[in-house]
Amino acid sequence: MSITVEDVSKIANLARIDVPEAEKPHLAGQLSGMLKFVEQLNEVNTEGVQPMTTAAQMKLPRRADAVTDGGYAGDLLANAPEATGNFFVVPKVIE
Amino acid sequence: MTSLNHLTISEALVGLKAKKFSAVELTEAHLKAMAQTKSLNAFITETPEIARQQAAASDARYAKGEAGMLDGIPLAIKDLYCTKDVLTTASSHILDGFKPKYESTVTQKLWDAGGVMLGKVALDEFAMGSSTTTNYYGHVINPWSPHNGKDFTSRLVPGGSSGGSSAVIAARAAMGATGTDTGGSIRQPASFTGISGIKPTYGRCSRWGIIAFASSLDQAGPMARSVRDCALMLQTMAGHDPKDSTSVDMPVPDWVKALSPKVKGKRIGIPKEYRVDGTPAEILALWDKAASWLKAAGAEVVDVSLPHTKYAVPAYYVIAPAEASSNLARYDGVKFGLRVDNGGSLADMYKATRGAGFGKEVRRRILVGTYVLSAGYYDAYYTKALKVRAKIAEDFRKVFESVDALLTPTAPSTAFVIGANEDDPVKMYLNDIFTIPASLAGLPCMSIPGGLGSDGLPLGLHIIGKPFDEQSVLDVALALEEAAAFSAVPNFMAA
Repeated sequence: MSITVEDVSKIANLARIDVPEAEKPHLAGQLSGMLKFVEQLNEVNTEGVQPMTTAAQMKLPRRADAVTDGGYAGDLLANAPEATGNFFVVPKVIE
Repeated sequence: MTSLNHLTISEALVGLKAKKFSAVELTEAHLKAMAQTKSLNAFITETPEIARQQAAASDARYAKGEAGMLDGIPLAIKDLYCTKDVLTTASSHILDGFKPKYESTVTQKLWDAGGVMLGKVALDEFAMGSSTTTNYYGHVINPWSPHNGKDFTSRLVPGGSSGGSSAVIAARAAMGATGTDTGGSIRQPASFTGISGIKPTYGRCSRWGIIAFASSLDQAGPMARSVRDCALMLQTMAGHDPKDSTSVDMPVPDWVKALSPKVKGKRIGIPKEYRVDGTPAEILALWDKAASWLKAAGAEVVDVSLPHTKYAVPAYYVIAPAEASSNLARYDGVKFGLRVDNGGSLADMYKATRGAGFGKEVRRRILVGTYVLSAGYYDAYYTKALKVRAKIAEDFRKVFESVDALLTPTAPSTAFVIGANEDDPVKMYLNDIFTIPASLAGLPCMSIPGGLGSDGLPLGLHIIGKPFDEQSVLDVALALEEAAAFSAVPNFMAA
Protein backbone atom coordinates (compact mmCIF):
# COMPACT_ATOMS: atom_id res chain seq x y z
CA MET A 1 0.00 0.00 0.00
CA SER A 2 1.47 3.31 -1.05
CA ILE A 3 0.48 6.43 0.87
CA THR A 4 -0.12 9.57 -1.17
CA VAL A 5 0.11 13.17 -0.04
CA GLU A 6 -3.73 13.24 -0.06
CA ASP A 7 -3.76 10.19 2.24
CA VAL A 8 -1.40 11.99 4.63
CA SER A 9 -3.75 14.99 4.72
CA LYS A 10 -6.72 12.74 5.39
CA ILE A 11 -5.06 10.73 8.18
CA ALA A 12 -3.59 13.89 9.73
CA ASN A 13 -7.09 15.36 9.84
CA LEU A 14 -8.48 12.19 11.44
CA ALA A 15 -5.66 12.31 14.01
CA ARG A 16 -6.18 16.08 14.51
CA ILE A 17 -2.54 16.93 13.84
CA ASP A 18 -1.45 19.88 11.70
CA VAL A 19 1.22 18.71 9.27
CA PRO A 20 2.97 21.46 7.26
CA GLU A 21 2.40 20.99 3.49
CA ALA A 22 6.14 20.96 2.83
CA GLU A 23 6.60 17.89 5.06
CA LYS A 24 3.83 15.81 3.51
CA PRO A 25 5.69 14.28 0.54
CA HIS A 26 8.57 13.06 2.74
CA LEU A 27 6.13 11.79 5.37
CA ALA A 28 4.12 9.96 2.70
CA GLY A 29 7.31 8.14 1.70
CA GLN A 30 8.12 7.17 5.29
CA LEU A 31 4.58 5.96 6.01
CA SER A 32 4.60 3.94 2.78
CA GLY A 33 7.86 2.35 3.89
CA MET A 34 6.38 1.42 7.27
CA LEU A 35 3.25 -0.06 5.71
CA LYS A 36 5.25 -1.98 3.14
CA PHE A 37 7.31 -3.41 5.97
CA VAL A 38 4.26 -4.58 7.96
CA GLU A 39 2.62 -6.10 4.89
CA GLN A 40 4.87 -9.16 5.25
CA LEU A 41 2.31 -10.22 7.87
CA ASN A 42 0.21 -11.41 4.94
CA GLU A 43 2.65 -14.31 4.51
CA VAL A 44 1.32 -15.84 7.75
CA ASN A 45 -1.66 -18.16 7.53
CA THR A 46 -3.97 -16.99 10.31
CA GLU A 47 -7.10 -18.85 9.33
CA GLY A 48 -9.15 -19.74 12.41
CA VAL A 49 -6.81 -17.82 14.74
CA GLN A 50 -8.40 -15.68 17.44
CA PRO A 51 -6.95 -12.14 17.55
CA MET A 52 -4.85 -11.62 20.70
CA THR A 53 -5.88 -8.32 22.24
CA THR A 54 -3.94 -8.55 25.48
CA ALA A 55 -1.07 -10.35 27.15
CA ALA A 56 -2.90 -10.27 30.48
CA GLN A 57 -3.64 -13.88 31.37
CA MET A 58 -6.68 -13.17 33.46
CA LYS A 59 -10.35 -12.36 33.38
CA LEU A 60 -11.24 -8.72 33.57
CA PRO A 61 -11.83 -8.07 37.27
CA ARG A 62 -15.13 -6.81 38.59
CA ARG A 63 -15.93 -4.72 41.61
CA ALA A 64 -19.02 -3.36 43.32
CA ASP A 65 -20.69 -0.61 41.32
CA ALA A 66 -19.91 2.09 43.85
CA VAL A 67 -18.13 5.43 43.90
CA THR A 68 -14.56 4.81 45.10
CA ASP A 69 -12.82 7.99 44.09
CA GLY A 70 -13.38 11.60 43.15
CA GLY A 71 -14.30 14.92 44.64
CA TYR A 72 -11.22 16.88 43.63
CA ALA A 73 -12.11 19.03 40.68
CA GLY A 74 -9.40 21.49 41.71
CA ASP A 75 -6.68 18.86 41.23
CA LEU A 76 -8.07 17.89 37.83
CA LEU A 77 -8.08 21.50 36.69
CA ALA A 78 -4.70 22.37 38.19
CA ASN A 79 -2.83 21.63 34.95
CA ALA A 80 -5.36 23.04 32.51
CA PRO A 81 -4.02 25.70 30.12
CA GLU A 82 -7.24 27.61 30.88
CA ALA A 83 -9.92 26.97 33.49
CA THR A 84 -12.68 28.90 35.19
CA GLY A 85 -14.64 27.81 38.22
CA ASN A 86 -14.93 24.04 37.95
CA PHE A 87 -14.62 24.03 34.16
CA PHE A 88 -12.04 23.60 31.44
CA VAL A 89 -12.14 26.49 28.99
CA VAL A 90 -12.01 25.75 25.25
CA PRO A 91 -12.48 27.86 22.12
CA LYS A 92 -16.14 28.61 21.39
CA VAL A 93 -17.88 25.53 19.93
CA ILE A 94 -21.39 26.87 19.21
CA GLU A 95 -21.96 29.93 17.06
CA MET B 1 37.70 3.46 49.72
CA THR B 2 35.26 3.11 46.83
CA SER B 3 33.14 6.22 46.28
CA LEU B 4 29.69 5.61 47.73
CA ASN B 5 28.07 6.16 44.32
CA HIS B 6 30.07 3.25 42.87
CA LEU B 7 28.51 0.70 45.23
CA THR B 8 25.69 -1.56 44.12
CA ILE B 9 22.33 -1.22 45.88
CA SER B 10 22.98 -4.48 47.75
CA GLU B 11 26.38 -3.24 48.96
CA ALA B 12 24.97 0.13 49.98
CA LEU B 13 22.19 -1.50 52.02
CA VAL B 14 24.80 -3.48 53.97
CA GLY B 15 26.78 -0.29 54.62
CA LEU B 16 23.69 1.64 55.70
CA LYS B 17 22.58 -1.09 58.09
CA ALA B 18 26.07 -1.33 59.57
CA LYS B 19 26.05 2.51 59.93
CA LYS B 20 29.28 2.76 57.92
CA PHE B 21 27.73 5.77 56.22
CA SER B 22 24.39 7.53 56.40
CA ALA B 23 21.62 7.82 53.84
CA VAL B 24 22.31 11.56 53.73
CA GLU B 25 25.97 10.89 52.86
CA LEU B 26 24.93 8.41 50.19
CA THR B 27 22.51 10.92 48.68
CA GLU B 28 25.06 13.76 48.80
CA ALA B 29 27.54 11.52 46.96
CA HIS B 30 24.96 11.04 44.23
CA LEU B 31 24.02 14.71 44.00
CA LYS B 32 27.74 15.40 43.49
CA ALA B 33 27.91 12.63 40.87
CA MET B 34 24.94 14.15 39.05
CA ALA B 35 26.75 17.51 38.89
CA GLN B 36 29.87 15.80 37.50
CA THR B 37 27.93 14.01 34.78
CA LYS B 38 25.65 16.85 33.71
CA SER B 39 27.10 16.74 30.19
CA LEU B 40 25.21 13.46 29.61
CA ASN B 41 21.99 15.54 29.57
CA ALA B 42 20.15 12.64 31.22
CA PHE B 43 18.11 14.47 33.87
CA ILE B 44 15.16 16.58 32.77
CA THR B 45 14.35 17.56 36.36
CA GLU B 46 16.63 17.22 39.38
CA THR B 47 14.94 16.99 42.77
CA PRO B 48 17.72 17.57 45.35
CA GLU B 49 15.35 19.01 47.97
CA ILE B 50 13.14 15.92 47.85
CA ALA B 51 16.22 13.67 47.88
CA ARG B 52 17.72 15.36 50.93
CA GLN B 53 14.42 15.26 52.79
CA GLN B 54 13.86 11.58 51.99
CA ALA B 55 17.45 10.73 52.93
CA ALA B 56 17.13 12.44 56.31
CA ALA B 57 13.88 10.56 56.96
CA SER B 58 15.66 7.36 55.96
CA ASP B 59 18.43 7.95 58.51
CA ALA B 60 15.77 8.45 61.17
CA ARG B 61 14.27 5.06 60.24
CA TYR B 62 17.67 3.36 60.37
CA ALA B 63 18.21 4.88 63.83
CA LYS B 64 14.90 3.38 64.98
CA GLY B 65 15.57 0.04 63.28
CA GLU B 66 12.58 0.50 60.98
CA ALA B 67 14.34 0.61 57.62
CA GLY B 68 12.50 -0.55 54.50
CA MET B 69 13.74 -2.76 51.70
CA LEU B 70 15.38 0.06 49.70
CA ASP B 71 15.85 2.51 52.53
CA GLY B 72 18.18 5.36 51.63
CA ILE B 73 18.86 4.16 48.08
CA PRO B 74 19.11 7.04 45.55
CA LEU B 75 17.10 6.32 42.41
CA ALA B 76 16.32 8.05 39.14
CA ILE B 77 12.78 7.94 37.77
CA LYS B 78 12.02 7.68 34.08
CA ASP B 79 10.04 10.79 33.20
CA LEU B 80 7.10 8.67 32.09
CA TYR B 81 6.09 8.01 35.72
CA CYS B 82 3.78 10.61 37.21
CA THR B 83 5.31 12.08 40.35
CA LYS B 84 3.18 14.29 42.58
CA ASP B 85 3.87 18.00 42.11
CA VAL B 86 7.08 17.23 40.19
CA LEU B 87 7.29 18.10 36.49
CA THR B 88 6.46 15.04 34.36
CA THR B 89 7.10 15.43 30.64
CA ALA B 90 7.28 12.04 28.87
CA SER B 91 10.14 13.92 27.10
CA SER B 92 7.48 15.67 25.03
CA HIS B 93 6.81 19.33 24.32
CA ILE B 94 3.09 18.63 24.56
CA LEU B 95 3.29 18.05 28.33
CA ASP B 96 4.94 21.43 28.99
CA GLY B 97 4.63 22.35 32.64
CA PHE B 98 2.63 19.25 33.64
CA LYS B 99 2.87 18.64 37.39
CA PRO B 100 0.65 15.66 38.27
CA LYS B 101 -1.50 15.84 41.38
CA TYR B 102 -0.90 12.16 42.05
CA GLU B 103 1.94 9.66 42.34
CA SER B 104 2.21 6.52 40.19
CA THR B 105 1.65 3.28 42.09
CA VAL B 106 5.14 1.97 41.33
CA THR B 107 7.01 5.11 42.43
CA GLN B 108 4.85 5.30 45.58
CA LYS B 109 5.92 1.73 46.39
CA LEU B 110 9.57 2.72 45.96
CA TRP B 111 9.18 5.70 48.32
CA ASP B 112 7.26 3.53 50.82
CA ALA B 113 10.27 1.16 50.81
CA GLY B 114 12.56 4.09 51.62
CA GLY B 115 13.81 4.95 48.12
CA VAL B 116 15.26 8.42 47.52
CA MET B 117 14.30 10.35 44.37
CA LEU B 118 17.22 12.07 42.64
CA GLY B 119 15.12 13.35 39.77
CA LYS B 120 13.38 12.55 36.51
CA VAL B 121 15.37 11.20 33.59
CA ALA B 122 14.88 11.49 29.85
CA LEU B 123 13.46 8.97 27.42
CA ASP B 124 12.45 8.82 23.80
CA GLU B 125 9.35 11.00 23.47
CA PHE B 126 6.42 9.00 24.92
CA ALA B 127 8.83 6.01 25.07
CA MET B 128 8.78 5.67 21.28
CA GLY B 129 12.30 4.92 20.18
CA SER B 130 15.52 2.99 20.65
CA SER B 131 17.99 5.83 21.03
CA THR B 132 16.59 8.59 23.31
CA THR B 133 17.21 10.96 20.41
CA THR B 134 13.53 11.90 20.18
CA ASN B 135 13.71 13.50 23.66
CA TYR B 136 12.34 17.07 23.37
CA TYR B 137 15.04 18.18 25.83
CA GLY B 138 17.94 17.09 23.63
CA HIS B 139 20.09 14.03 23.08
CA VAL B 140 21.26 11.94 26.00
CA ILE B 141 24.85 10.74 25.68
CA ASN B 142 25.94 7.20 26.46
CA PRO B 143 28.70 7.36 29.11
CA TRP B 144 30.59 4.72 27.08
CA SER B 145 31.11 7.31 24.31
CA PRO B 146 34.80 8.00 23.61
CA HIS B 147 36.03 10.81 25.87
CA ASN B 148 39.40 12.56 25.85
CA GLY B 149 39.22 13.74 29.46
CA LYS B 150 37.68 17.07 28.46
CA ASP B 151 34.90 16.24 26.06
CA PHE B 152 33.29 13.43 24.13
CA THR B 153 35.08 12.78 20.84
CA SER B 154 32.08 10.91 19.46
CA ARG B 155 28.57 10.74 20.86
CA LEU B 156 26.81 7.41 21.16
CA VAL B 157 23.16 6.78 22.04
CA PRO B 158 22.37 5.26 25.46
CA GLY B 159 19.68 3.10 23.85
CA GLY B 160 16.01 3.75 24.34
CA SER B 161 13.49 4.45 25.31
CA SER B 162 14.81 4.27 28.91
CA GLY B 163 18.07 5.97 27.84
CA GLY B 164 18.23 8.53 30.64
CA SER B 165 17.85 5.69 33.13
CA SER B 166 20.58 3.58 31.54
CA ALA B 167 22.98 6.54 31.19
CA VAL B 168 22.81 7.68 34.83
CA ILE B 169 23.20 4.15 36.20
CA ALA B 170 26.20 3.41 33.99
CA ALA B 171 27.73 6.80 34.89
CA ARG B 172 27.37 6.02 38.63
CA ALA B 173 25.03 8.98 39.11
CA ALA B 174 22.14 6.77 40.37
CA MET B 175 22.17 3.31 41.95
CA GLY B 176 19.11 2.21 40.05
CA ALA B 177 16.27 3.61 38.02
CA THR B 178 12.79 2.78 36.88
CA GLY B 179 12.32 1.95 33.24
CA THR B 180 9.35 0.96 31.15
CA ASP B 181 9.44 -1.60 28.40
CA THR B 182 6.96 -1.80 25.53
CA GLY B 183 9.13 -3.51 22.89
CA GLY B 184 12.57 -3.55 24.52
CA SER B 185 12.87 -0.14 26.19
CA ILE B 186 14.45 -1.52 29.37
CA ARG B 187 16.56 -4.29 27.86
CA GLN B 188 18.12 -2.59 24.82
CA PRO B 189 19.36 0.49 26.77
CA ALA B 190 20.69 -1.87 29.48
CA SER B 191 22.60 -3.72 26.76
CA PHE B 192 23.99 -0.49 25.27
CA THR B 193 25.32 0.76 28.63
CA GLY B 194 26.60 -2.41 30.30
CA ILE B 195 23.95 -2.62 33.03
CA SER B 196 21.07 -4.96 33.90
CA GLY B 197 17.34 -4.54 33.52
CA ILE B 198 14.30 -6.75 33.83
CA LYS B 199 10.86 -6.45 32.28
CA PRO B 200 8.57 -8.60 34.42
CA THR B 201 5.54 -10.50 33.15
CA TYR B 202 2.78 -8.24 31.81
CA GLY B 203 0.54 -7.52 34.80
CA ARG B 204 3.20 -7.84 37.54
CA CYS B 205 3.63 -4.09 38.03
CA SER B 206 0.81 -1.61 38.09
CA ARG B 207 0.66 0.73 35.12
CA TRP B 208 -1.38 3.25 37.09
CA GLY B 209 0.21 6.68 36.87
CA ILE B 210 2.62 5.67 34.11
CA ILE B 211 1.93 7.64 30.95
CA ALA B 212 0.49 5.15 28.46
CA PHE B 213 2.10 4.35 25.10
CA ALA B 214 0.74 0.92 24.07
CA SER B 215 -1.34 -0.39 26.96
CA SER B 216 -1.35 -4.07 26.00
CA LEU B 217 2.46 -4.07 25.99
CA ASP B 218 3.68 -1.41 28.46
CA GLN B 219 5.27 -2.80 31.58
CA ALA B 220 7.33 -1.20 34.35
CA GLY B 221 10.62 -2.65 35.48
CA PRO B 222 13.88 -1.83 37.23
CA MET B 223 17.37 -1.14 35.87
CA ALA B 224 20.51 -1.36 38.00
CA ARG B 225 24.13 -2.53 38.07
CA SER B 226 23.52 -6.12 39.19
CA VAL B 227 20.95 -8.89 38.94
CA ARG B 228 20.44 -8.85 42.71
CA ASP B 229 19.81 -5.08 42.63
CA CYS B 230 17.18 -5.57 39.93
CA ALA B 231 15.55 -8.28 42.04
CA LEU B 232 15.47 -5.97 45.07
CA MET B 233 13.84 -3.18 43.11
CA LEU B 234 11.36 -5.45 41.34
CA GLN B 235 10.37 -6.98 44.67
CA THR B 236 9.35 -3.49 45.76
CA MET B 237 7.71 -2.42 42.50
CA ALA B 238 5.56 -5.49 41.80
CA GLY B 239 2.15 -6.29 43.23
CA HIS B 240 -1.56 -6.12 42.60
CA ASP B 241 -3.20 -2.72 42.24
CA PRO B 242 -6.98 -2.44 41.91
CA LYS B 243 -6.44 0.84 40.02
CA ASP B 244 -4.97 -1.07 37.04
CA SER B 245 -7.43 -3.64 35.70
CA THR B 246 -4.59 -5.56 34.00
CA SER B 247 -2.57 -5.81 37.20
CA VAL B 248 -2.68 -9.46 38.30
CA ASP B 249 -4.05 -10.38 41.67
CA MET B 250 -1.53 -12.98 42.71
CA PRO B 251 1.11 -13.06 45.42
CA VAL B 252 4.58 -11.71 44.64
CA PRO B 253 7.10 -14.45 45.45
CA ASP B 254 10.18 -13.58 47.49
CA TRP B 255 12.54 -13.47 44.50
CA VAL B 256 15.38 -11.93 46.48
CA LYS B 257 15.34 -14.63 49.12
CA ALA B 258 15.19 -17.43 46.55
CA LEU B 259 17.75 -15.87 44.18
CA SER B 260 20.30 -18.52 43.25
CA PRO B 261 22.81 -19.00 40.44
CA LYS B 262 22.18 -22.77 40.48
CA VAL B 263 21.00 -23.75 37.02
CA LYS B 264 21.89 -27.44 37.30
CA GLY B 265 19.20 -29.48 35.61
CA LYS B 266 17.49 -26.46 34.03
CA ARG B 267 16.71 -26.68 30.33
CA ILE B 268 17.70 -23.60 28.36
CA GLY B 269 16.42 -23.14 24.83
CA ILE B 270 18.39 -21.48 22.03
CA PRO B 271 15.87 -20.29 19.42
CA LYS B 272 17.36 -20.81 15.99
CA GLU B 273 15.31 -18.04 14.37
CA TYR B 274 17.25 -15.46 16.41
CA ARG B 275 20.35 -16.28 14.36
CA VAL B 276 19.37 -13.48 12.00
CA ASP B 277 21.33 -12.75 8.83
CA GLY B 278 23.58 -9.77 9.27
CA THR B 279 24.02 -10.14 13.03
CA PRO B 280 27.69 -9.37 13.79
CA ALA B 281 29.81 -12.48 14.37
CA GLU B 282 30.95 -11.25 17.77
CA ILE B 283 27.35 -11.11 19.00
CA LEU B 284 26.76 -14.67 17.86
CA ALA B 285 30.06 -15.70 19.46
CA LEU B 286 29.08 -14.16 22.81
CA TRP B 287 25.74 -15.94 22.60
CA ASP B 288 27.51 -19.29 22.06
CA LYS B 289 29.88 -18.53 24.91
CA ALA B 290 26.95 -17.77 27.25
CA ALA B 291 25.34 -21.08 26.30
CA SER B 292 28.59 -22.86 27.16
CA TRP B 293 28.70 -21.07 30.54
CA LEU B 294 25.26 -22.41 31.36
CA LYS B 295 26.25 -25.88 30.17
CA ALA B 296 29.32 -25.75 32.36
CA ALA B 297 27.08 -24.84 35.29
CA GLY B 298 25.03 -27.99 34.72
CA ALA B 299 22.17 -26.69 32.59
CA GLU B 300 21.00 -28.59 29.55
CA VAL B 301 21.13 -26.37 26.47
CA VAL B 302 18.80 -27.35 23.65
CA ASP B 303 17.98 -25.92 20.23
CA VAL B 304 14.39 -24.80 19.85
CA SER B 305 12.30 -23.15 17.17
CA LEU B 306 10.00 -20.11 17.34
CA PRO B 307 8.85 -20.15 13.72
CA HIS B 308 6.99 -16.81 13.68
CA THR B 309 9.86 -14.74 15.10
CA LYS B 310 10.43 -12.68 11.94
CA TYR B 311 6.86 -11.43 12.04
CA ALA B 312 7.15 -9.99 15.55
CA VAL B 313 8.59 -6.61 14.55
CA PRO B 314 6.01 -5.98 11.78
CA ALA B 315 3.15 -7.09 14.08
CA TYR B 316 4.48 -4.78 16.78
CA TYR B 317 4.61 -1.84 14.35
CA VAL B 318 0.91 -2.21 13.70
CA ILE B 319 -0.22 -2.91 17.27
CA ALA B 320 1.91 -0.38 19.16
CA PRO B 321 1.13 2.60 16.87
CA ALA B 322 -2.58 1.65 16.87
CA GLU B 323 -2.71 1.69 20.65
CA ALA B 324 -0.57 4.83 20.76
CA SER B 325 -2.86 6.71 18.40
CA SER B 326 -5.71 5.99 20.79
CA ASN B 327 -3.80 6.69 24.04
CA LEU B 328 -2.33 9.94 22.75
CA ALA B 329 -5.72 11.32 21.75
CA ARG B 330 -5.91 12.78 25.26
CA TYR B 331 -3.26 15.43 24.47
CA ASP B 332 -5.57 18.06 23.07
CA GLY B 333 -4.58 21.33 24.72
CA VAL B 334 -7.52 21.21 27.12
CA LYS B 335 -6.64 19.23 30.24
CA PHE B 336 -2.88 19.65 30.63
CA GLY B 337 0.28 20.80 28.97
CA LEU B 338 0.70 22.81 25.82
CA ARG B 339 -2.08 24.75 24.07
CA VAL B 340 -1.61 26.48 20.74
CA ASP B 341 -4.65 28.61 19.99
CA ASN B 342 -4.67 30.54 16.75
CA GLY B 343 -8.09 32.02 17.44
CA GLY B 344 -9.86 29.42 15.28
CA SER B 345 -12.30 26.66 16.14
CA LEU B 346 -11.90 23.96 18.79
CA ALA B 347 -10.74 21.52 16.09
CA ASP B 348 -8.20 24.07 14.87
CA MET B 349 -6.85 24.39 18.41
CA TYR B 350 -6.53 20.59 18.70
CA LYS B 351 -4.66 20.37 15.41
CA ALA B 352 -2.36 23.30 16.11
CA THR B 353 -1.57 22.03 19.61
CA ARG B 354 -0.87 18.48 18.48
CA GLY B 355 1.03 19.64 15.40
CA ALA B 356 3.35 21.77 17.53
CA GLY B 357 3.47 19.47 20.56
CA PHE B 358 4.40 16.09 19.11
CA GLY B 359 7.83 15.31 17.69
CA LYS B 360 8.31 13.64 14.33
CA GLU B 361 8.54 10.03 15.50
CA VAL B 362 5.46 10.32 17.70
CA ARG B 363 3.61 11.99 14.84
CA ARG B 364 4.61 9.21 12.44
CA ARG B 365 3.37 6.55 14.82
CA ILE B 366 0.09 8.31 15.53
CA LEU B 367 -0.50 8.63 11.78
CA VAL B 368 0.32 4.97 11.11
CA GLY B 369 -1.89 3.95 14.04
CA THR B 370 -4.72 6.12 12.78
CA TYR B 371 -4.36 4.60 9.33
CA VAL B 372 -4.38 0.95 10.43
CA LEU B 373 -7.42 1.57 12.61
CA SER B 374 -9.34 3.49 9.95
CA ALA B 375 -12.38 2.16 8.12
CA GLY B 376 -11.42 -0.20 5.34
CA TYR B 377 -7.95 -1.01 6.73
CA TYR B 378 -8.77 -2.20 10.26
CA ASP B 379 -9.05 -5.91 9.43
CA ALA B 380 -6.27 -5.97 6.85
CA TYR B 381 -3.72 -4.47 9.22
CA TYR B 382 -4.87 -4.37 12.84
CA THR B 383 -6.84 -7.61 13.14
CA LYS B 384 -4.21 -9.38 11.06
CA ALA B 385 -1.45 -8.20 13.40
CA LEU B 386 -3.42 -9.37 16.44
CA LYS B 387 -3.76 -12.81 14.87
CA VAL B 388 -0.05 -12.98 14.13
CA ARG B 389 0.54 -11.91 17.73
CA ALA B 390 -1.48 -14.95 18.82
CA LYS B 391 0.73 -17.19 16.67
CA ILE B 392 3.87 -15.70 18.21
CA ALA B 393 2.53 -16.24 21.73
CA GLU B 394 1.60 -19.80 20.79
CA ASP B 395 5.19 -20.45 19.61
CA PHE B 396 6.46 -19.46 23.05
CA ARG B 397 3.80 -21.52 24.85
CA LYS B 398 4.82 -24.63 22.95
CA VAL B 399 8.54 -24.10 23.50
CA PHE B 400 8.04 -23.57 27.23
CA GLU B 401 6.52 -27.04 27.49
CA SER B 402 10.05 -28.36 27.21
CA VAL B 403 12.41 -25.61 28.42
CA ASP B 404 12.67 -23.42 31.54
CA ALA B 405 14.09 -20.32 29.86
CA LEU B 406 15.42 -19.04 26.55
CA LEU B 407 18.77 -17.40 25.88
CA THR B 408 19.32 -14.89 23.05
CA PRO B 409 21.35 -11.73 22.41
CA THR B 410 19.63 -8.51 23.58
CA ALA B 411 20.36 -6.31 20.57
CA PRO B 412 21.83 -6.80 17.09
CA SER B 413 24.57 -4.18 17.65
CA THR B 414 26.47 -2.20 20.25
CA ALA B 415 25.52 1.44 20.89
CA PHE B 416 25.46 3.43 17.65
CA VAL B 417 26.36 7.05 16.98
CA ILE B 418 23.71 9.70 17.65
CA GLY B 419 22.05 10.49 14.34
CA ALA B 420 22.47 7.02 12.82
CA ASN B 421 19.29 5.25 11.65
CA GLU B 422 17.39 8.56 11.90
CA ASP B 423 15.78 8.84 8.52
CA ASP B 424 14.84 5.20 8.09
CA PRO B 425 12.24 4.33 10.73
CA VAL B 426 12.23 0.65 9.76
CA LYS B 427 16.00 0.34 10.24
CA MET B 428 15.68 1.89 13.69
CA TYR B 429 12.83 -0.50 14.53
CA LEU B 430 15.00 -3.54 13.75
CA ASN B 431 17.07 -2.68 16.82
CA ASP B 432 14.37 -4.38 18.85
CA ILE B 433 14.30 -7.55 16.76
CA PHE B 434 15.33 -9.77 19.71
CA THR B 435 13.27 -8.03 22.39
CA ILE B 436 9.89 -7.49 20.71
CA PRO B 437 8.70 -11.13 20.43
CA ALA B 438 8.70 -11.67 24.23
CA SER B 439 6.93 -8.31 24.67
CA LEU B 440 4.10 -9.38 22.37
CA ALA B 441 3.69 -12.55 24.43
CA GLY B 442 3.88 -10.62 27.74
CA LEU B 443 6.76 -12.75 29.05
CA PRO B 444 9.32 -11.84 31.73
CA CYS B 445 12.75 -11.11 30.25
CA MET B 446 16.01 -9.56 31.29
CA SER B 447 19.22 -8.18 29.83
CA ILE B 448 22.59 -8.44 31.58
CA PRO B 449 26.02 -7.38 30.31
CA GLY B 450 27.83 -10.37 28.79
CA GLY B 451 31.02 -8.83 27.46
CA LEU B 452 32.48 -6.18 25.19
CA GLY B 453 32.41 -5.94 21.42
CA SER B 454 35.55 -5.28 19.38
CA ASP B 455 34.67 -1.57 19.59
CA GLY B 456 35.01 -1.76 23.38
CA LEU B 457 31.28 -1.29 23.92
CA PRO B 458 29.03 -3.55 26.03
CA LEU B 459 26.91 -6.36 24.64
CA GLY B 460 23.88 -7.74 26.45
CA LEU B 461 22.57 -11.24 26.94
CA HIS B 462 18.82 -11.73 27.00
CA ILE B 463 16.92 -14.29 29.06
CA ILE B 464 13.22 -14.96 28.45
CA GLY B 465 11.07 -16.91 30.92
CA LYS B 466 7.62 -18.43 31.34
CA PRO B 467 4.75 -16.19 32.43
CA PHE B 468 5.19 -15.23 36.11
CA ASP B 469 8.44 -17.20 36.37
CA GLU B 470 10.63 -14.16 37.06
CA GLN B 471 12.55 -16.41 39.45
CA SER B 472 14.03 -18.55 36.66
CA VAL B 473 14.85 -15.44 34.63
CA LEU B 474 16.69 -13.89 37.59
CA ASP B 475 18.45 -17.16 38.49
CA VAL B 476 19.70 -17.80 34.95
CA ALA B 477 20.71 -14.12 34.73
CA LEU B 478 22.66 -14.46 38.00
CA ALA B 479 24.44 -17.58 36.71
CA LEU B 480 25.41 -15.69 33.55
CA GLU B 481 26.44 -12.63 35.55
CA GLU B 482 28.80 -14.75 37.66
CA ALA B 483 30.26 -16.48 34.62
CA ALA B 484 30.66 -13.28 32.60
CA ALA B 485 32.27 -11.41 35.51
CA PHE B 486 31.69 -8.18 33.60
CA SER B 487 33.81 -5.49 35.24
CA ALA B 488 34.41 -2.97 32.44
CA VAL B 489 33.36 0.61 33.16
CA PRO B 490 32.36 3.50 30.88
CA ASN B 491 34.85 6.03 29.54
CA PHE B 492 33.05 8.81 31.34
CA MET B 493 31.57 8.50 34.80
CA ALA B 494 31.31 10.22 38.15
CA ALA B 495 34.31 9.90 40.47
